Amino acid sequence: MPNFADITVGDPLPTLTKAPNRAQLVLYCAGSGDFNPLHWDQSFEQARQIGDNIVHGRMKWSTLGQVVADWVGDSGWVKSVSCQYRGMDMQGAEWQAKGVVTAKREENGLKLVDVDVWTENADGQKTTPGKAVVVLND
Amino acid sequence: MAAEFELTDEMRAAVGVESEPWPVEITSTSVRAFARGVGYTDPKYYDDAAAAAAGYDALPAPPCYLGTPVWIPGKSDPTFSGPRNTGPSVRHGLRGLLDGGTEVVYERPLKAGDKLFMTSKIADLEVKESKGLGKMLVVTSEQTFTEQDSGEVVMRTFAQAIYY
Repeated sequence: MPNFADITVGDPLPTLTKAPNRAQLVLYCAGSGDFNPLHWDQSFEQARQIGDNIVHGRMKWSTLGQVVADWVGDSGWVKSVSCQYRGMDMQGAEWQAKGVVTAKREENGLKLVDVDVWTENADGQKTTPGKAVVVLND
Repeated sequence: MAAEFELTDEMRAAVGVESEPWPVEITSTSVRAFARGVGYTDPKYYDDAAAAAAGYDALPAPPCYLGTPVWIPGKSDPTFSGPRNTGPSVRHGLRGLLDGGTEVVYERPLKAGDKLFMTSKIADLEVKESKGLGKMLVVTSEQTFTEQDSGEVVMRTFAQAIYY
Protein backbone atom coordinates (compact mmCIF):
# COMPACT_ATOMS: atom_id res chain seq x y z
CA MET A 1 0.00 0.00 0.00
CA PRO A 2 1.32 3.46 -0.93
CA ASN A 3 2.88 5.79 1.59
CA PHE A 4 3.22 9.52 0.89
CA ALA A 5 6.97 9.77 1.46
CA ASP A 6 7.75 6.89 -0.92
CA ILE A 7 5.53 7.96 -3.82
CA THR A 8 7.32 9.41 -6.84
CA VAL A 9 5.88 11.25 -9.82
CA GLY A 10 5.74 8.74 -12.67
CA ASP A 11 4.88 5.78 -10.46
CA PRO A 12 2.42 3.55 -12.34
CA LEU A 13 -0.72 2.23 -10.62
CA PRO A 14 -1.51 -1.48 -11.07
CA THR A 15 -3.42 -2.00 -14.35
CA LEU A 16 -6.87 -3.63 -14.37
CA THR A 17 -7.84 -5.68 -17.42
CA LYS A 18 -11.57 -5.96 -18.11
CA ALA A 19 -13.84 -7.41 -20.77
CA PRO A 20 -17.33 -6.85 -19.39
CA ASN A 21 -19.89 -8.87 -21.32
CA ARG A 22 -23.63 -8.16 -21.53
CA ALA A 23 -24.28 -10.08 -18.30
CA GLN A 24 -21.73 -7.94 -16.45
CA LEU A 25 -23.29 -4.78 -17.89
CA VAL A 26 -26.65 -5.94 -16.53
CA LEU A 27 -25.00 -6.19 -13.09
CA TYR A 28 -23.72 -2.63 -13.54
CA CYS A 29 -27.26 -1.51 -14.54
CA ALA A 30 -28.55 -2.96 -11.27
CA GLY A 31 -25.76 -1.51 -9.16
CA SER A 32 -25.84 1.98 -10.66
CA GLY A 33 -29.55 2.31 -11.50
CA ASP A 34 -28.74 3.14 -15.16
CA PHE A 35 -31.00 0.82 -17.19
CA ASN A 36 -30.46 2.47 -20.59
CA PRO A 37 -31.24 -0.38 -23.08
CA LEU A 38 -28.20 0.70 -25.12
CA HIS A 39 -26.21 -1.40 -22.64
CA TRP A 40 -28.29 -4.61 -22.50
CA ASP A 41 -30.86 -4.85 -25.32
CA GLN A 42 -29.39 -5.98 -28.65
CA SER A 43 -32.59 -5.01 -30.48
CA PHE A 44 -32.52 -1.41 -29.18
CA GLU A 45 -32.32 0.88 -32.20
CA GLN A 46 -29.13 2.70 -31.20
CA ALA A 47 -27.42 -0.61 -30.32
CA ARG A 48 -28.36 -2.01 -33.73
CA GLN A 49 -26.94 1.09 -35.42
CA ILE A 50 -23.69 0.77 -33.48
CA GLY A 51 -23.59 -3.00 -34.00
CA ASP A 52 -23.72 -4.15 -30.38
CA ASN A 53 -24.39 -3.08 -26.83
CA ILE A 54 -21.72 -0.74 -25.49
CA VAL A 55 -20.16 -0.41 -22.06
CA HIS A 56 -21.65 2.36 -19.88
CA GLY A 57 -19.32 5.36 -19.91
CA ARG A 58 -19.87 5.54 -16.19
CA MET A 59 -18.81 1.93 -15.76
CA LYS A 60 -15.44 2.88 -17.27
CA TRP A 61 -15.36 5.95 -15.01
CA SER A 62 -16.13 3.68 -12.03
CA THR A 63 -13.35 1.32 -13.13
CA LEU A 64 -10.93 4.27 -13.10
CA GLY A 65 -12.15 4.74 -9.54
CA GLN A 66 -11.38 1.08 -8.89
CA VAL A 67 -7.81 1.43 -10.21
CA VAL A 68 -7.24 4.21 -7.69
CA ALA A 69 -9.17 2.58 -4.82
CA ASP A 70 -7.40 -0.77 -5.24
CA TRP A 71 -4.05 1.04 -5.27
CA VAL A 72 -4.67 3.19 -2.19
CA GLY A 73 -6.21 0.26 -0.31
CA ASP A 74 -6.89 1.11 3.33
CA SER A 75 -4.09 3.68 3.60
CA GLY A 76 -6.26 6.60 2.47
CA TRP A 77 -9.33 7.48 0.40
CA VAL A 78 -10.26 8.71 -3.03
CA LYS A 79 -11.12 12.43 -3.06
CA SER A 80 -12.13 12.86 -6.70
CA VAL A 81 -12.39 11.05 -10.02
CA SER A 82 -13.16 12.69 -13.36
CA CYS A 83 -13.10 11.56 -16.96
CA GLN A 84 -14.26 12.35 -20.46
CA TYR A 85 -15.91 9.85 -22.77
CA ARG A 86 -14.00 9.90 -26.06
CA GLY A 87 -14.74 6.49 -27.52
CA MET A 88 -17.08 3.51 -27.24
CA ASP A 89 -16.15 0.05 -26.02
CA MET A 90 -18.30 -2.87 -27.16
CA GLN A 91 -19.62 -5.41 -24.68
CA GLY A 92 -17.23 -8.37 -24.43
CA ALA A 93 -14.24 -6.45 -25.82
CA GLU A 94 -11.11 -6.31 -23.68
CA TRP A 95 -9.76 -2.99 -22.41
CA GLN A 96 -7.42 -1.90 -19.67
CA ALA A 97 -7.73 0.72 -16.96
CA LYS A 98 -4.45 2.40 -16.02
CA GLY A 99 -3.04 5.17 -13.89
CA VAL A 100 0.17 7.10 -13.20
CA VAL A 101 1.15 9.52 -10.43
CA THR A 102 1.51 13.09 -11.74
CA ALA A 103 2.03 15.12 -8.55
CA LYS A 104 1.99 15.03 -4.77
CA ARG A 105 1.23 18.00 -2.54
CA GLU A 106 0.04 18.97 0.94
CA GLU A 107 -3.04 21.16 1.18
CA ASN A 108 -5.06 22.12 4.29
CA GLY A 109 -3.19 19.46 6.24
CA LEU A 110 -4.07 16.72 3.73
CA LYS A 111 -1.48 14.61 1.94
CA LEU A 112 -2.75 14.58 -1.66
CA VAL A 113 -1.59 12.59 -4.67
CA ASP A 114 -2.72 13.50 -8.20
CA VAL A 115 -2.97 10.75 -10.76
CA ASP A 116 -3.84 10.54 -14.44
CA VAL A 117 -6.16 7.62 -15.17
CA TRP A 118 -7.52 6.27 -18.44
CA THR A 119 -8.98 3.29 -20.19
CA GLU A 120 -7.21 1.94 -23.24
CA ASN A 121 -8.68 -0.35 -25.91
CA ALA A 122 -6.89 -3.13 -27.81
CA ASP A 123 -5.68 -0.57 -30.39
CA GLY A 124 -4.06 1.51 -27.64
CA GLN A 125 -6.67 4.27 -27.98
CA LYS A 126 -7.49 6.11 -24.74
CA THR A 127 -11.29 5.95 -24.80
CA THR A 128 -11.77 7.44 -21.32
CA PRO A 129 -9.03 9.83 -20.15
CA GLY A 130 -9.39 11.23 -16.65
CA LYS A 131 -7.84 12.40 -13.41
CA ALA A 132 -8.12 11.45 -9.76
CA VAL A 133 -6.97 12.81 -6.43
CA VAL A 134 -6.18 10.57 -3.45
CA VAL A 135 -5.84 11.49 0.24
CA LEU A 136 -3.21 9.44 2.06
CA ASN A 137 -3.20 8.91 5.82
CA ASP A 138 0.61 8.72 6.07
CA MET B 1 -28.90 15.45 -35.78
CA ALA B 2 -29.55 19.16 -36.08
CA ALA B 3 -28.29 21.52 -38.79
CA GLU B 4 -29.46 24.55 -36.82
CA PHE B 5 -29.87 24.94 -33.11
CA GLU B 6 -29.94 28.04 -30.94
CA LEU B 7 -30.34 28.68 -27.25
CA THR B 8 -33.61 30.39 -26.33
CA ASP B 9 -34.30 32.70 -23.39
CA GLU B 10 -36.42 29.91 -21.89
CA MET B 11 -33.43 27.55 -22.00
CA ARG B 12 -31.10 30.17 -20.50
CA ALA B 13 -33.61 30.82 -17.69
CA ALA B 14 -33.20 27.20 -16.50
CA VAL B 15 -29.48 27.70 -15.74
CA GLY B 16 -28.63 27.92 -12.06
CA VAL B 17 -32.07 27.01 -10.68
CA GLU B 18 -31.72 24.42 -7.90
CA SER B 19 -34.04 21.39 -7.89
CA GLU B 20 -36.07 20.14 -4.95
CA PRO B 21 -34.01 17.82 -2.71
CA TRP B 22 -34.42 14.07 -3.32
CA PRO B 23 -33.41 11.37 -0.80
CA VAL B 24 -30.45 9.12 -1.68
CA GLU B 25 -29.37 6.11 0.36
CA ILE B 26 -26.20 4.10 0.74
CA THR B 27 -26.87 0.70 2.30
CA SER B 28 -24.87 -2.51 2.71
CA THR B 29 -26.94 -4.11 -0.06
CA SER B 30 -26.53 -1.14 -2.42
CA VAL B 31 -22.74 -1.04 -1.83
CA ARG B 32 -22.53 -4.76 -2.66
CA ALA B 33 -24.63 -4.31 -5.81
CA PHE B 34 -22.47 -1.44 -7.07
CA ALA B 35 -19.17 -3.19 -6.22
CA ARG B 36 -20.41 -6.31 -7.99
CA GLY B 37 -21.47 -4.28 -11.03
CA VAL B 38 -18.01 -2.71 -11.39
CA GLY B 39 -16.27 -6.00 -10.65
CA TYR B 40 -14.50 -5.31 -7.35
CA THR B 41 -13.01 -8.40 -5.68
CA ASP B 42 -11.86 -6.74 -2.41
CA PRO B 43 -14.03 -8.36 0.31
CA LYS B 44 -14.29 -5.10 2.30
CA TYR B 45 -17.07 -3.97 -0.08
CA TYR B 46 -19.11 -7.14 0.57
CA ASP B 47 -18.35 -8.66 3.96
CA ASP B 48 -18.97 -6.76 7.21
CA ALA B 49 -16.24 -8.74 9.00
CA ALA B 50 -13.70 -8.00 6.26
CA ALA B 51 -14.61 -4.29 6.37
CA ALA B 52 -14.21 -4.27 10.17
CA ALA B 53 -10.85 -6.04 9.91
CA ALA B 54 -9.70 -3.34 7.46
CA GLY B 55 -10.68 -0.60 9.93
CA TYR B 56 -14.14 0.44 8.65
CA ASP B 57 -17.24 0.65 10.84
CA ALA B 58 -19.53 -0.11 7.85
CA LEU B 59 -19.08 -1.27 4.25
CA PRO B 60 -17.17 1.55 2.48
CA ALA B 61 -18.74 2.97 -0.70
CA PRO B 62 -16.44 2.51 -3.72
CA PRO B 63 -15.52 5.77 -5.49
CA CYS B 64 -17.97 6.78 -8.24
CA TYR B 65 -20.86 5.13 -6.40
CA LEU B 66 -23.20 8.10 -5.98
CA GLY B 67 -25.71 6.37 -3.72
CA THR B 68 -29.09 5.05 -4.78
CA PRO B 69 -31.94 7.54 -5.19
CA VAL B 70 -35.07 6.39 -3.37
CA TRP B 71 -37.37 4.84 -5.99
CA ILE B 72 -40.95 6.10 -6.10
CA PRO B 73 -43.19 4.81 -8.93
CA GLY B 74 -44.45 7.69 -11.05
CA LYS B 75 -41.91 10.13 -9.63
CA SER B 76 -38.67 8.31 -10.51
CA ASP B 77 -37.26 7.92 -14.00
CA PRO B 78 -37.90 4.32 -15.18
CA THR B 79 -34.65 4.21 -17.18
CA PHE B 80 -32.14 6.17 -15.11
CA SER B 81 -33.72 5.74 -11.64
CA GLY B 82 -33.28 9.34 -10.56
CA PRO B 83 -36.09 11.77 -9.70
CA ARG B 84 -38.11 13.34 -12.51
CA ASN B 85 -39.67 16.79 -12.58
CA THR B 86 -37.98 18.04 -9.41
CA GLY B 87 -36.34 20.96 -11.18
CA PRO B 88 -36.13 22.92 -14.41
CA SER B 89 -35.48 21.04 -17.60
CA VAL B 90 -34.40 22.25 -21.00
CA ARG B 91 -36.91 21.63 -23.80
CA HIS B 92 -34.54 21.34 -26.73
CA GLY B 93 -36.20 18.79 -29.00
CA LEU B 94 -32.93 16.99 -29.81
CA ARG B 95 -33.21 13.19 -29.84
CA GLY B 96 -29.63 11.93 -29.60
CA LEU B 97 -27.85 11.74 -26.27
CA LEU B 98 -24.20 11.07 -25.42
CA ASP B 99 -22.47 11.16 -22.06
CA GLY B 100 -19.66 13.71 -22.33
CA GLY B 101 -17.90 13.40 -19.01
CA THR B 102 -18.32 12.90 -15.29
CA GLU B 103 -16.60 14.13 -12.14
CA VAL B 104 -17.15 13.35 -8.47
CA VAL B 105 -15.56 15.27 -5.61
CA TYR B 106 -15.90 13.96 -2.05
CA GLU B 107 -15.59 15.89 1.20
CA ARG B 108 -15.29 12.59 3.08
CA PRO B 109 -15.45 8.90 2.16
CA LEU B 110 -19.03 7.56 2.08
CA LYS B 111 -20.23 4.29 3.63
CA ALA B 112 -23.26 2.09 4.21
CA GLY B 113 -25.70 3.90 6.48
CA ASP B 114 -25.26 7.33 4.87
CA LYS B 115 -28.58 9.06 4.18
CA LEU B 116 -28.27 12.02 1.85
CA PHE B 117 -30.30 14.59 -0.03
CA MET B 118 -29.43 15.39 -3.63
CA THR B 119 -30.19 18.65 -5.39
CA SER B 120 -29.27 19.32 -8.96
CA LYS B 121 -28.98 22.28 -11.25
CA ILE B 122 -27.95 23.09 -14.79
CA ALA B 123 -24.63 24.90 -14.48
CA ASP B 124 -24.05 25.74 -18.12
CA LEU B 125 -25.53 25.44 -21.62
CA GLU B 126 -23.34 25.60 -24.67
CA VAL B 127 -23.97 25.02 -28.37
CA LYS B 128 -21.13 23.29 -30.22
CA GLU B 129 -20.78 21.84 -33.68
CA SER B 130 -19.16 18.61 -34.78
CA LYS B 131 -18.61 17.22 -38.27
CA GLY B 132 -20.35 13.97 -37.44
CA LEU B 133 -23.25 15.15 -35.31
CA GLY B 134 -23.96 18.70 -36.49
CA LYS B 135 -25.12 21.25 -33.91
CA MET B 136 -24.96 19.87 -30.39
CA LEU B 137 -26.24 21.17 -27.09
CA VAL B 138 -23.83 20.51 -24.22
CA VAL B 139 -25.60 20.60 -20.86
CA THR B 140 -23.33 20.77 -17.81
CA SER B 141 -25.16 19.80 -14.65
CA GLU B 142 -24.06 19.85 -11.04
CA GLN B 143 -25.44 17.71 -8.21
CA THR B 144 -24.86 18.46 -4.55
CA PHE B 145 -25.28 15.74 -1.91
CA THR B 146 -25.78 16.70 1.74
CA GLU B 147 -26.21 14.68 4.92
CA GLN B 148 -29.91 14.50 5.75
CA ASP B 149 -29.23 15.12 9.45
CA SER B 150 -26.63 17.86 9.40
CA GLY B 151 -27.06 19.47 5.98
CA GLU B 152 -23.31 19.17 5.46
CA VAL B 153 -22.11 18.74 1.88
CA VAL B 154 -20.37 15.37 1.45
CA MET B 155 -20.19 14.99 -2.33
CA ARG B 156 -20.57 16.99 -5.54
CA THR B 157 -20.84 15.64 -9.05
CA PHE B 158 -20.50 17.37 -12.40
CA ALA B 159 -21.67 15.86 -15.68
CA GLN B 160 -21.78 16.83 -19.33
CA ALA B 161 -24.65 15.53 -21.44
CA ILE B 162 -24.42 16.05 -25.19
CA TYR B 163 -27.72 16.30 -27.11
CA TYR B 164 -27.62 16.17 -30.89
